[in-house]
Parts: sequence; structure tokens; C-alpha cells
Amino acid sequence: MLYFGAAAWPVCGVRMRVAQARPWPLHGFKAGLAGCRKHCVVDFSAQEMSICRVTVGGVVLAVIAARANSFAENHYFPIACFGGRPPVQGAVSRKRVFQKFYHLVRDADLCSTIQSSQRESAMTTPQRSDGVQPGRLEPSTLDQNFRDAYPPYDAHEAVVAADRCYFCHDAPCITACPTEIDIPLFIRQIATGTPDAAARTILDQNILGGMCARVCPTETLCEQACVREAAEGKPVEIGQLQRYATDTLMAKDIHPFKRAAPTGKTVAVVGAGPAGLACAHRLALHGHDVVIFEARAKGGGLNEFGIAAYKSTDDFAQRELNWLLQIGGIEIRYDQRLGQQTSLQALRDAYDAVFLGMGLTGVNALGLAGEETGHAEDAVDFIAELRQAQELGALPIGRRVVVIGGGMTAIDAGVQAKLLGAEEVSIVYRRGQDAMSASRHEQEHAQRKGVRLICNAAPVGIEGNGTLTGVTFAYTEMQGGKLVTTEDRFTLPADQVFKAIGQTLAGVPDGLALDGRKIAVSETGATSIKGVWAGGDCAAGGDDLTVTAVAEGRDAAEDMHRSLMG
Amino acid sequence: MADLTTDFLGIKSPNPFWLASAPPTDKEYNVRRAFDAGWGGVVWKTLGAEGPPVVNVNGPRYGAIWGADRRLLGLNNIELITDRPLQTNLEEIARVKADYPDRAMIVSLMVPCDEESWKAILPRVAETGADGIELNFGCPHGMSERGMGAAVGQVPEYVEMVTRWCKMYYDKPVIVKLTPNIADIRGPARAAKNGGADAVSLINTINSITGVNLDSMSPEPMIDGRGTHGGYCGPAVKPIALNMVAEIARDAETLGLPISGIGGVTTWRDAAEFISLGAGNVQVCTAAMTYGFKIVQEMISGLSQWMDEKGYTSVEQVVGRAVPNVTDWQYLNLNHVTKARIDQDLCIKCGRCYAACEDTSHQAISMSPDRVFEVMDDECVACNLCVNVCPVEDCITMEVLQPGAMDERTGSVVEDTYANWTTHPNNPSAKAAE
Ligand SMILES: Cc1cc2nc3c(=O)[nH]c(=O)nc-3n(C[C@H](O)[C@H](O)[C@H](O)COP(=O)(O)OP(=O)(O)OC[C@H]3O[C@@H](n4cnc5c(N)ncnc54)[C@H](O)[C@@H]3O)c2cc1C
Ligand SMILES: Cc1cc2nc3c(=O)[nH]c(=O)nc-3n(C[C@H](O)[C@H](O)[C@H](O)COP(=O)(O)O)c2cc1C
Ligand code: SF4
Repeated sequence: MLYFGAAAWPVCGVRMRVAQARPWPLHGFKAGLAGCRKHCVVDFSAQEMSICRVTVGGVVLAVIAARANSFAENHYFPIACFGGRPPVQGAVSRKRVFQKFYHLVRDADLCSTIQSSQRESAMTTPQRSDGVQPGRLEPSTLDQNFRDAYPPYDAHEAVVAADRCYFCHDAPCITACPTEIDIPLFIRQIATGTPDAAARTILDQNILGGMCARVCPTETLCEQACVREAAEGKPVEIGQLQRYATDTLMAKDIHPFKRAAPTGKTVAVVGAGPAGLACAHRLALHGHDVVIFEARAKGGGLNEFGIAAYKSTDDFAQRELNWLLQIGGIEIRYDQRLGQQTSLQALRDAYDAVFLGMGLTGVNALGLAGEETGHAEDAVDFIAELRQAQELGALPIGRRVVVIGGGMTAIDAGVQAKLLGAEEVSIVYRRGQDAMSASRHEQEHAQRKGVRLICNAAPVGIEGNGTLTGVTFAYTEMQGGKLVTTEDRFTLPADQVFKAIGQTLAGVPDGLALDGRKIAVSETGATSIKGVWAGGDCAAGGDDLTVTAVAEGRDAAEDMHRSLMG
Repeated sequence: MADLTTDFLGIKSPNPFWLASAPPTDKEYNVRRAFDAGWGGVVWKTLGAEGPPVVNVNGPRYGAIWGADRRLLGLNNIELITDRPLQTNLEEIARVKADYPDRAMIVSLMVPCDEESWKAILPRVAETGADGIELNFGCPHGMSERGMGAAVGQVPEYVEMVTRWCKMYYDKPVIVKLTPNIADIRGPARAAKNGGADAVSLINTINSITGVNLDSMSPEPMIDGRGTHGGYCGPAVKPIALNMVAEIARDAETLGLPISGIGGVTTWRDAAEFISLGAGNVQVCTAAMTYGFKIVQEMISGLSQWMDEKGYTSVEQVVGRAVPNVTDWQYLNLNHVTKARIDQDLCIKCGRCYAACEDTSHQAISMSPDRVFEVMDDECVACNLCVNVCPVEDCITMEVLQPGAMDERTGSVVEDTYANWTTHPNNPSAKAAE
């Protein structure tokens, strides 16, 4: 895919270059758009709302005819596409149009924002005022920016997508899924019209299958392993199909699991994040009683406080939590922090077993002068605040935002800053792009949103007295296998800086052996202390992902069950 | 989860999904793995008489047709019965049955059409402890040229005769497997019943050539430049099989004769359809050959979910539910009047309905200059062709005209009464309604 150099991003004139350099190629929509997405305009407002034009720099790319009462539950049909095949064929639903043209639509907003801000020259719009300020965008724009990033499939779309699955033998996608969901089976169950059974297949392995369908980096997990990804670069859309199945079941408020007979054992679980919840559910399923000790006033862990807002819309984390608790036998005690309101020793004394799933609550520091004065905020705090905000318009955001880091947190902070109305957002990472822990897909997502990615640069100074004015970076190099800063420096103007350079384990109870900076665990999550297990981000091994936390919580529960009953 | 346990001829199996006699059930290794995967029973690959085993071709045995994305729609084979020694098969059958007592184990047989041959093999089969036998009167290639398989199945007298021998020399259930390569399936079914068969199973494969290689001018599958007709199976044959099952289920002479439904069963829904048309269970071959043994999991979960939704608590309750609604053309209600309706919100203006109706049906769809397609009620005969060719699901539907409404095509008012061809004035042999 062709992308503009990062520096060229905000310059609107680029579109002409693209138009000339790259005549819209065949199927060119996708390839062409990679270059021109930023300046595509989708005009849904034409007369009678029945024609939708996709234009790029004044060039009409596609015309979509839409039937009947505006854009409700209609079908759209691309009737013309200049210079290439229409990107969608046949009847498509509104959702499909949005999916296919989604980025166009989104970036249309972006583009028109840029254009109008240019037109309004000297006038100071909320977007162009310096400092950290709320209300940079209209509420309607914010709504649009933070809506579901990948709208769910309807039944027809799901069956068509499911039809692409080859039902591979010993399928590589299953192995690639940390929870080893039987993907071909659930997709076949969708294909044969039984999405509830499909959901059951998913939830048997992964009780947070609904959230994972939304947040998993499928492009590096199941979908990367799909044989059709290798063959055609177009995997079966496993994540979307998983969402279709689990959403269908949850919409009926069916909880398809029943507890085994009570065992009389009680288990303490620390943390109501994905690891703790998966562990608690599996234990409850086996008939144990579970008490979860949660430091915050709300459950869900990073599902509730961390995941990007546009991945988990409509309060999904809480809905899923409530749905999960329907199993019975799980009590959550909020505002109970291990190390404050309770201790590991107390839990060990009072319960038959303990599971630690407290995630990573500490954050790494940059070690720069000025960091302490509050100029550099923790990206996770910003995101948590955003996730909990009642009104996004009330959330202050800088005009020029710099994010330091290269992982999912950096991407999410950068993208959401942009969606809140920051005019310029740069993510600066100290190593090369390939070393970023955020997937290529996530990186491209950020770039499409107009976020700049700058690699091989490390922060060396925070500028400004009293008020922050910028961050100075030094380019880095590898010397003898070590990353070093060079004398080549640049300063990015900034009114807000977010640190996203990693979270750390904080408040580890005494006596637990560590492996590196995390709790040392066996294959099945047993810690160095008998009767204590751990899993998720706080435990060593495995990627820091929701799905990994679920797998570890589940497997620890199985081991605890064996040990409790054995 | 609905209970899928099935009792077919007193043979219990945990679900109604059996593997049909074919390569999937050819040997101990496969059958064990099939049972481990969840199959309720198997019909072992057809055994022949003692002696040198049959010989298969050493080139391709299969031909196929596919959908655009290479979804396998129909499979053709020129394989014969087992080519492994009889004794080996019998020993394996005994071992597997002993280890899987809860699964159905049926042995398929095909020996020459004389009493001695049957008398010789049946006690040996009985010794294995298998639950019953299936008589392969269906194989359409190779074996039929030797006077077995379809050569027997196409002659009702032979079917009856061999069935009788089997009932004489074997005391467990005898299932007669029928060939579809016959004009009226009821003939051999009746013969099987008269011979004392406990059940019939159908269909075996259909004579077919899947295609012609236009370079070598040979039929597919081709062996060294030449080909022969093979047996067709898989999703494509399901409609044919469903009809044959229904014909037997509703025939007065075979009423109540248990049926094992075979032919194109690929999903739980296919199975439910066979069962509703009178099959007590189903057998599967091509679907397992296409996707592996694991597909049975989807069949099990799907059937039980559907039964739960419908409130059925046993497979038995579903068996034959649709049979009373299968009738002869002459009894269809001629006073049931419908008209095609095009949902303009869903219509994408492709015009396929128009082409179909205008060119090949009743010129009952109009097309405006701006591509609006509408049904003209005064021309629409309700043939359903537009519905079937429309690419958008539910865009064209059939609306039932209520009694009292005017059928603009005939100019008559829709009547409330049921009336069929037997009493229609245009029927020369019409009887006056009583
Ligand atoms: C910004 C951000 C975005 C992310 N995006 C994605 C994504 O898109 N996809 C993905 O797969 N992963 C993503 N991740 C990673 C994912 O969220 C984590 O890997 C996952 O949540 C780990 O689950 P956990 O249960 O181990 O920990 P957490 O989710 O952190 O849950 C820990 C819980 O324990 C509680 N707790 C902490 N300390 C204590 C204590 N002392 N006593 C009691 N309770 C305590 C916390 O309040 C919390 O509820 C993201 C992470 C971040 C930070
Ligand atoms: C390769 C192959 C070999 C077969 N061999 C036998 C056989 O030995 N005996 C028999 O009764 N049927 C045999 N059949 C027919 C199947 O048992 C079954 O009746 C038929 O394939 C229809 O079912 P299906 O559509 O599920 O495949 C064979 C089918 C195939 C494809
Ligand atoms: S399926 Fe197996 S036996 Fe048949 S052609 Fe392929 S490799 Fe050979």
C-alpha cells in the first residue's frame, strides 16, 4: 500500500499529486485509496438522499444509488465507479456501505475539517486554539468519531462471510488463537444457520469471546494464520463472525452454562479484569464459590478502562460482565485493593485458593526533567478518563499532542486524541517501525486517522516553563546491538504529552517469586506460593492481550479445580 | 440440548448420524476415529464373498462438480466394494464393535445372487457381534456388470428373493439398500418388504458422467484416456433422494417400513429434512469425505438446537412429520392463488426477474425507463421463477390472495374452498364433487 510520508499528511495539496501519479487503478479502490483516503469525500447529502457520491479531490470515484427512505434499512447499489470496478458488487446493506466506505466517510470528515479550517483562515476555531481545551469538535462529530469502528454483520453478511471458510483440518487458526476456539466449527455453525450453537462453541473456550471479537488483533492471530490469508491475502473474517455469533446469543440474554453441584470450596480472585473474570467463571462452572476483590469501583479491568472506545461501544464491557455473572456463584467486592483493604495472607487464610489477576497498575517513567511537573501524562490515565467520560465534548485535549511509545496504548491514545479534535498528533517511537508492538494494522489505522508516526527518535527534553511548549527528540541508531541517541535533534511543538512506554507490575505481595518484572508462574499459572495462582498481564509469559489473559485465567482455574478436588 | 438418541430397528445409537458404507467406513482405523469424532453408527464398507478380493482401478476414482468458489457440489465415483480380505474386515468389525458397544455397527454385504453365497457369509457376519446387515443392491458400476449391486436392485423379484434368504440365515435386522437407477423406487421397496426386510436405506449413487475432457474427448473421471459412468452423490443428489424417501414413506404398501435416509446429507438441516420425510436416521458419505469426520459436531449441535427451538424432545417425534403433506399433483388446491410481489426497497434493479419472466415465462413484469420493476397481476401466473432467479433474498415474495379477492388474471374471485384437478371441469375424467 502506498502512503504519504508522515510529514506530508496535513497538506491538502497532496491529493493532486496522487490523482496525477496514480490513475485510479482497477479494483483500485483499495490500493488507490490507501494513497488518497485522506482526501476522499463521501457525499451522503445529495438531493433526496438517494445518491451518494464518493469524490476525491473533485474527481467522482463512485456513485452509489440508495433506495427508499433515506439511509435506514436500505440497500445500496454502486451503479458507477469511475476508473475502476465498484468496490462492492450487488446489493449491499447500509452497514456494508459503511464498512466499505467507512474510512472514506471518516476521513471525509477529517478532510472537510482540514479544508474548512483552512478556509476560515484567521478565525480561531475551537480546533485551532492552543492549549489543552474541551469541546474542540461538535457533539455530532464526536459521536461519529467514536462509533463502532467495525460495524457488526447482519445475518446475510455473516452467512456470506462464513461461506468462505474451508473447514480446514487441524486448522491453523485454532492454534493461532490463545484460547484455541474451534473456529472452523463455529463458522460452519453460522453457515448452517445456528449462530447460538456457534456462540456456545466460542464461549466454551473463551467466556469473553464477545470482547475478544472486538479487540483481538486478529491480523496477528487467527486471521493471520487463515489459509486464505496466505493464498489470497484475504482471510476469512473470523473476528467479525465471532462477534456476530456472540452478539446474537447475548442479545437473547441466554447464558448457556450451568454450574456443577456445589463443591463447598471458596476461592478468592484478585482483580475483575479479563484474567480474573475468566478464572472466576470457570471456577463457578465447576461448582466452587468465588469472591472477586476489585480495587476499582467498577469491574472489567482494561476492558472497561483501557480498550479504545470505538472497539467497545454501547457499554459492552459492563454488559458482558453482567452476562458472565449470570452463571451464579460469583460475588464481586468493589473498592477492595490487595495491599490495602486486604492482603494475600488474609486471603490465603480465609479461602481454599487464591488467583491473582491484577494486571499492571504501574507505569514506566521517561526519566526527563519536567516530567514530574505534570507536563507528561500517563496515556492509560487519559484513556481511562476518556472511557469513563459521560460527555466526550467536556474532555480537554491539546491542539498539538505528542504520544511517546510504540504499543497499543500509544496508538489508542494517539488515535483517540485525534478523534477528540487534536489538530496534530504525533506518535514517536524510539525504535524502527517493525519493532513497534502495535500491529501493522493498528499502525495503519492510526495513519488513516491522520496520526503521524515518527520512528527512531527518543525524547531528550520537555520544553517550556510553566506551560508545556514542546518535546525535543534525538534520532536513535543501533550501535553494536544497542540503541543509542545521536546528536541529530528536533523539537515537536506540543501542548500535551502522553507517555505510553509500558505498564509495570505494582504492589506485588511479599514472598512471590518473580520472573523478570512479573509474577513467575508454571504452565498452568501456579505461583511459587502453594495455593496461589496468577494469570493475565501480571503473570510472566504470554502477550499482554485480553485473549491471553482469558486463556491464562481459564487454565489456572482448571488447575485450581484439579488441585481443590484432588 | 435435545436428546438425539435414536432407536432404529432396536439398534440404539447416540445420534441419528451414521456413516454410509463407503471409504469412510472401510477399515478399523477410520471407524474408530469416526466414533471418537462422535458418529452414532457406521455401515461398514461393503464386503464381498470369500475369495480373491475385487480389484480397483489405479487411476482416479472420483470426478466432481464444483461451485464457483470450489465448493464441492457433486461427487462421482467408480470405486468397487472393499478390496481387502474378508477375514480381515470381519476381525476388525468384531474388535471395533466390542470397543464401542453404544454405537451402531451395520455390515454391508454384496455376494453373488445365489443362496449358497449368502448362506456362507451370514454366519460369519453374525459372529462379529455387529448389530445388523445392509444389502448393497445399489452399486451402479463394476459390480452390476457381474450380476450384483444395481443388477439385483433393479429387479424387484431378486430383491425379494435375496432378502428372504438373509432373513432365513441371519437373525438380526436386515436393511435393504436401494438403487435410485430405476423408474419407480416403490417397486424394489415393496419387494424388500415382502421379502421380510426390517428397513430400506436409500439412495445409493446415481449413474453419471461428471463432464467431458474436451482435449482428450474422454468422460470424467478419466483413466488413461477413457472413462465410464460412475455413481453420483453429494449435495446435488439430495432432492432426488428426498423424493424417493418420501415416495416410500407415503406408499400404502410400504407404510411403516423404517427408512434410513441417504444422499447428500451435509448439514443438520439436510438430516432434519430426511427425517421429517420419514427417515428414522440418516447416513452420510460425501460430506464426511469432503470435510472430514468432524462435521458431525455441527450436525449434532444444529439438530439438537433446532429440536429445542421447536420443542421436540426426541428424534422419533420428528420422523415422518412432513409425510402427510406430500401428495400427488392432482390433489393440489387449485383455488390457492398467489401473486409475485417485488419489494422496491430491497430491489437492486438488476432486471433478472424481468428477463426471466419476459423471455421465458408469462410477460408479467413491467420495466420502466428508470428501471423500476413491477408485477402485473393480470398476467402473473405465480410460477415463482422470478423469486428463484432474484439475487436478493426476500426481495420477491409470493403473496397469497385471500378469499374474496379478485384474481385479475382470470377475472374471478378467489374462493374459500379447496378444489383440485379431480373435480375440475376441464378434466375429462372429473368426478362431481360429493
Ligand atoms: C490502552 C490499552 C489498550 C489495549 N488494547 C488492547 C486491544 O485492543 N486488544 C487486546 O487484546 N488487548 C489490549 N490491551 C491489553 C489488554 O487490555 C490486557 O492485556 C488485559 O486487559 C489484561 O487483563 P488482566 O485481567 O490481566 O488485567 P487488567 O485488565 O488490567 O485487570 C486487572 C484488574 O485488577 C484490578 N486490580 C489491580 N490491582 C489490584 C489490587 N491490588 N487489588 C485488587 N484489584 C486490583 C484492576 O482494577 C483491574 O480491574 C490494551 C491495553 C491497554 C492499556
Ligand atoms: C467412493 C464411494 C464408494 C462407495 N461405496 C459404497 C459401497 O461399497 N457400498 C454401498 O452400499 N454404497 C457405497 N457408496 C454409496 C454411499 O454409501 C452413499 O449411498 C452415497 O454416496 C450417497 O450418499 P452421500 O450423498 O452422502 O455421499 C459409495 C460412495 C462413494 C462416494
Ligand atoms: S486423497 Fe490420498 S489416496 Fe487419494 S489421491 Fe490424494 S493422496 Fe492419493
